[in-house]
Amino acid sequence: MPKLDLNRVPMPKQEPKVRARNFSEVALGYTAEQALQEASRCIQCKNAGCTEGCPVGVDIPEFIAAVREGNMPEAVRILKRKNSLPGICGRVCPQETQCEQFCNLAKKGAPIAIGRLERYVADWERSQGLSNKPSNPGTEPSGKRVAVVGAGPAGLTAAADLVKLGHEVTIFEALHVAGGVLMYGIPEFRLPKEIVQAEVEYVKSLGVKIRLDSVVGKIATVDELLGEGYDAVFLGTGAGLPMFLDVPGENLNGIYSANEFLTRVNLMKAYLFPEYDTPIQVGKRVAVIGGGNVAMDSARCALRLGAKKVYIVYRRSRVEMPARAEEVENAEEEGIIFKLLTNPVAFFGDGRGCVAAMGCVQMELGEPDASGRRRPIPKPDSEFIMEVDVVVVALGTTPNPLVATTTKGLETTRRGTVVADEETGKTSKDRVWAGGDIVTGAATVISAMGAGKRAAASMDAYLRGTGTI
Amino acid sequence: MYKILFREGLAPSIHLLRVEAPAIARKAQPGQFVVVRVDEKGERIPLTIADWDTEEGSITVVFTEVGRTTHKLADLGVGDFITNFVGPLGLPAHIEKFGTVVCVATGYGIATIVPIVRALREEGNRLVSIIWAGSKAFLFGEDRLQSFSDRLIVTTGDGSYGRGGFVLEPLEELLRGGEKVDRVIVMGSTCTMRLCAATTKPFGVKTIVSLNPIMVDGTGMCGVCRVSIGGVTKFACVDGPEFDGHEVDWPLLMARRCTYCGEPYSVLQYQCRHCAQW
Repeated sequence: MPKLDLNRVPMPKQEPKVRARNFSEVALGYTAEQALQEASRCIQCKNAGCTEGCPVGVDIPEFIAAVREGNMPEAVRILKRKNSLPGICGRVCPQETQCEQFCNLAKKGAPIAIGRLERYVADWERSQGLSNKPSNPGTEPSGKRVAVVGAGPAGLTAAADLVKLGHEVTIFEALHVAGGVLMYGIPEFRLPKEIVQAEVEYVKSLGVKIRLDSVVGKIATVDELLGEGYDAVFLGTGAGLPMFLDVPGENLNGIYSANEFLTRVNLMKAYLFPEYDTPIQVGKRVAVIGGGNVAMDSARCALRLGAKKVYIVYRRSRVEMPARAEEVENAEEEGIIFKLLTNPVAFFGDGRGCVAAMGCVQMELGEPDASGRRRPIPKPDSEFIMEVDVVVVALGTTPNPLVATTTKGLETTRRGTVVADEETGKTSKDRVWAGGDIVTGAATVISAMGAGKRAAASMDAYLRGTGTI
Repeated sequence: MYKILFREGLAPSIHLLRVEAPAIARKAQPGQFVVVRVDEKGERIPLTIADWDTEEGSITVVFTEVGRTTHKLADLGVGDFITNFVGPLGLPAHIEKFGTVVCVATGYGIATIVPIVRALREEGNRLVSIIWAGSKAFLFGEDRLQSFSDRLIVTTGDGSYGRGGFVLEPLEELLRGGEKVDRVIVMGSTCTMRLCAATTKPFGVKTIVSLNPIMVDGTGMCGVCRVSIGGVTKFACVDGPEFDGHEVDWPLLMARRCTYCGEPYSVLQYQCRHCAQW
């Protein structure tokens, strides 16, 4: 038995000082040699915890074995059997809390870099110009039509699975491109938009129709879709409503929600202004409020736009930050300054309607709150002023109420999320399923995909008449 | 891709486009808007729907050339295409039998207020419309609005047609006069709406304005269109665009509209001449 290699092959990355000023992808991807080396570390466990840890159930040891054997087409086939968006997942999944967490090597050393290998396989396929060809034959057409609302990760996954199961699928997407948060939220340097569109094209090549510029709730209600010949509807509308601090001065110019900031930069390519028409303010001193992945993304975008100083302002400490450790490290390497245990209480203008300063208090941590994290409490007499000219509020998002408020009989929680069965995605409304952030609140791409998969299975059973509603 | 079916120059810098968008035409209601992106590198901007035709499957927009996108739109001809055209967005205008409604419009508002005037007329309201243009050369849409109004007052800045002056004088006269005014609706430049609301406030007449902040997505996702109404932040794209003019924080709206004015953003700068900001 070969000796266990406990070190994973590192991912080549752009140097921090260089990458802090460009929007090109930070992680450069494995070479063939690196992929082979990492794949060879896998001990092909009989009871693979990794596959169970994957929200879409990718057959991980199997695809890694194919990589090790140099059989790339087979690796692609195995991977895409379960995952329609591998180039995306390989880049943005928090593998460290999913598949890699259950890797048996993790007990002794570094888990297999499953995400990096997934990315390698997906990128290989794309480089061969193959990703537009469906890898699975179609099934017997059912004659049933499904409307999917939202072309984000949940919708794209549900649509891909449903069309492979023989149903006719149309996705209604509000924006002018498909991808949802993959296009507007996650920055170019983490997830190149070309890759997102290639994976969208793959979903279309399976037979899914996508209608862009189509806002369900305005162009048609869910009831109208059901009445106009759609046998079932899947809601994957996401959590797109931005949360603000609700403090004085928050409407001053230069204060953005993270959604607006990232949409301008990533979706509308404001970093290429004036070649692209959408403008964005490039601050000298930018404060990003929040500690999640969106805050890291916003800060790293602000830096790349040309800000002199970028701060992450977070009310708890490093330990409580929900962002992926990898992204926090990347942000630190790039020179972003972390102002922890700090909370904004007001914004001040320059007399011409633009933000010029932020009033903050220092915080200390008390007892854990409902989320299990220690509750932040303002320290008395600790107020101070930070000079800022751009602020990005990245506190999280809640579900956009548009579909819920225009769909009769759709039960929602007080938070505005749609109530749906965890196993099937079934909602309180006949013939309507839901999954992703619209159900869970803001979460991850992969959990949305898992929800899309589960809903597709349940919808298929209903449409084929083989399951109960 | 959305085809231009018809175009017309209504006045210097004010243009009308009829765009093929059957799905939107089927659903459009007075007061709603579309978000437009002219080409792949374009920005997204809101334009109020001036009319719709379900038979032709078209949406009419009327707009003033003020920046990059409106300049690109002004250059499009019949048979050209707009890349993205989304709608109908926003909440429809509140239409009800109020009694006597005074509708005030300037600029592109003279066209975009028509569906509201028409719908109010159908509900049995008495309509008095007041419009303004800088001079006769800038006037348009008079006949159309006249056909839906019980009375039309035309004003021009230089007195070259109709009554000289601005809309505020005739508006105040109506409010002071014997006839009871139940509601005032204003559509036009931010200043016009602001000044009309200030004029009607002492009379306590409900005044509805159609706010025009900067927008990006138009569906409530980004928050750039946030306005302050009675001290509460609202998103104009999903809570509006209609709001109570007496509750609007006007300085905030005007400041936020200027976010990208001047270097390094603007190719052209739009300068309103009715008030001096900064």
